[in-house]
Amino acid sequence: MQNYSIFSLARNALSHHKNWTEAWRSPDPKPEYDVVIIGGGGHGLATAFYLAKEHGISNIAVIEKGWLGGGNTGRNTTIVRSNYAIEGNAFFYEKSMDLWRGMTQELNYNVMFSPRGVINLAHSDAQIDDFQRRGNALRLNGIDAQWLSRDDLKKRVPLLNMSPDARFPITGGLEQPRAGTARHDAVAWGYARAADARGVDIIQQCEVTGLKIEGGRMTGVETSRGFIAAKKVGVAVAGHSTQIFDMAGIRLPIESHLLQAMVSEPVKPSLDTVITSGASHVYISQSDKGEMVFGGDLDFYNSFAQRGNYPTIEHVVAACCELFPTYSRLRLMRTWGGIMDMSMDGSPIIDKTTIEGLYINAGWCYGGFKATPGSGWVFAHTIAQDRPHALNECFSLDRFQTGHVLDERGAGPVAKLH
Amino acid sequence: MLIKCPWCGDRSLAEFSYQGDATIIRPSDPLSLSDNQWNEYLNLRNNPKGWHDEIWQHLNGCRKHFKARRNVVTHEIADTKPMDGSLQGGRS
Ligand SMILES: Cc1cc2nc3c(=O)[nH]c(=O)nc-3n(C[C@H](O)[C@H](O)[C@H](O)COP(=O)(O)OP(=O)(O)OC[C@H]3O[C@@H](n4cnc5c(N)ncnc54)[C@H](O)[C@@H]3O)c2cc1C
Ligand SMILES: [Zn+2]
Repeated sequence: MQNYSIFSLARNALSHHKNWTEAWRSPDPKPEYDVVIIGGGGHGLATAFYLAKEHGISNIAVIEKGWLGGGNTGRNTTIVRSNYAIEGNAFFYEKSMDLWRGMTQELNYNVMFSPRGVINLAHSDAQIDDFQRRGNALRLNGIDAQWLSRDDLKKRVPLLNMSPDARFPITGGLEQPRAGTARHDAVAWGYARAADARGVDIIQQCEVTGLKIEGGRMTGVETSRGFIAAKKVGVAVAGHSTQIFDMAGIRLPIESHLLQAMVSEPVKPSLDTVITSGASHVYISQSDKGEMVFGGDLDFYNSFAQRGNYPTIEHVVAACCELFPTYSRLRLMRTWGGIMDMSMDGSPIIDKTTIEGLYINAGWCYGGFKATPGSGWVFAHTIAQDRPHALNECFSLDRFQTGHVLDERGAGPVAKLH
Repeated sequence: MLIKCPWCGDRSLAEFSYQGDATIIRPSDPLSLSDNQWNEYLNLRNNPKGWHDEIWQHLNGCRKHFKARRNVVTHEIADTKPMDGSLQGGRS
């Protein structure tokens, strides 16, 4: 791997940037691998990287039906945080946060991790109590949380509509200062490049069409480019999880739903943190290119379409203009959608399955980008050691049967509500 | 997306509330179920990529519930029927 540094940049500038080598190879699939990972999103690529780095397994293929990061990894609003109150979630997302802080150095790839803070707005007295309770719960687990009064907010986010006549007047906010954003494509590309450098084959434009299982054990995968043998197969395909597990006859506690996001035309820096409002269903940040990035709630019906409907866009835009009246003068540039793997308790599943050598990484709902490094790290452990790491024991598949669900929101077994 | 309420005709998606998979039937005697059977009813879903029979409510309209057969890839709706009707078209 060609190391990226100020020196390589200078050297390549002298040759007009014509001599950069490709960031990763595009090999043909080999007939057999020790491990096949299905899904070339952030989670699959991170899993391959940590299998090679932490567990010394490098005869691995990552198989992606489209292009790297073309799924939810390249479609999300890039919010990275670890402010989870339930303990299993709290410790897992903190591990992820640790990995985020070192990711650019670890991968030698600038993922633009920007801990600019994430603020959840409160809109009523009851929410003040609730958020402060939540903040205390976080701090007891060693996770940073900071209460912002109305005056604090006025100073911190000057464009925010603090009028008492607002549709949902703002009563304060809870901030996680270490939270922030990262560049989503760079995360996929960085893990891909670093995994490739350790010998991992990344195979794009190759769809898995079948799982080969003999006597209860994995023996390989059927793909659009032929059969590939492997005794261990890890599945990290987000919204298509039930499609793959149908091939193994395993039903999942997952529904696929649609989540939209959108960006405005680029403008000068105007927002240096991330603002979220649960009451009005919107989250807003500004990308490094200057676009305002908005997201909201699901479209609320099962969907495998990567595009949504207008009522949701209208809702998100209205909520944004209410919080930031200035932004009503911006033009929207693009909208898009992604297929979410909504689990029945809102928490992920990272586990072995009843089929030997088949491993599951799914149920990320709309919060899996922040989990990318931690998910890859524990999934690699689960695959290499054939048992979950202490950090993902709570994300077992059988918790739905035993009742040990992790329902952070307390919404019950309704996928669209998490 | 326009949805045809069996009583009010074609109306905008914004008037409707989605209530999920219409093929799931609450067991008549929950106490007799094993944990496994209860899990199947409560949590496990077929989640097909194609035609899906589902329940909608015309929430901001006549407020009645009804069934729809919708293609979850194209968002095309083949049929809507009152709750006791049987859906036609799409897949058989
Ligand atoms: C609009 C939107 C906003 C979001 N905002 C946030 C946010 O702010 N913060 C946050 O933490 N999370 C957010 N998320 C969620 C986050 O994007 C995902 O949870 C996360 O990126 C999932 O990563 P992944 O690698 O599991 O899936 P993906 O990136 O979707 O990768 C799965 C890959 O599997 C491939 N695949 C599927 N089937 C097959 C097959 N049969 N054969 C081969 N390959 C296959 C797909 O092509 C895809 O590339 C958001 C998601 C969306 C859509
Ligand atoms: Zn009606």
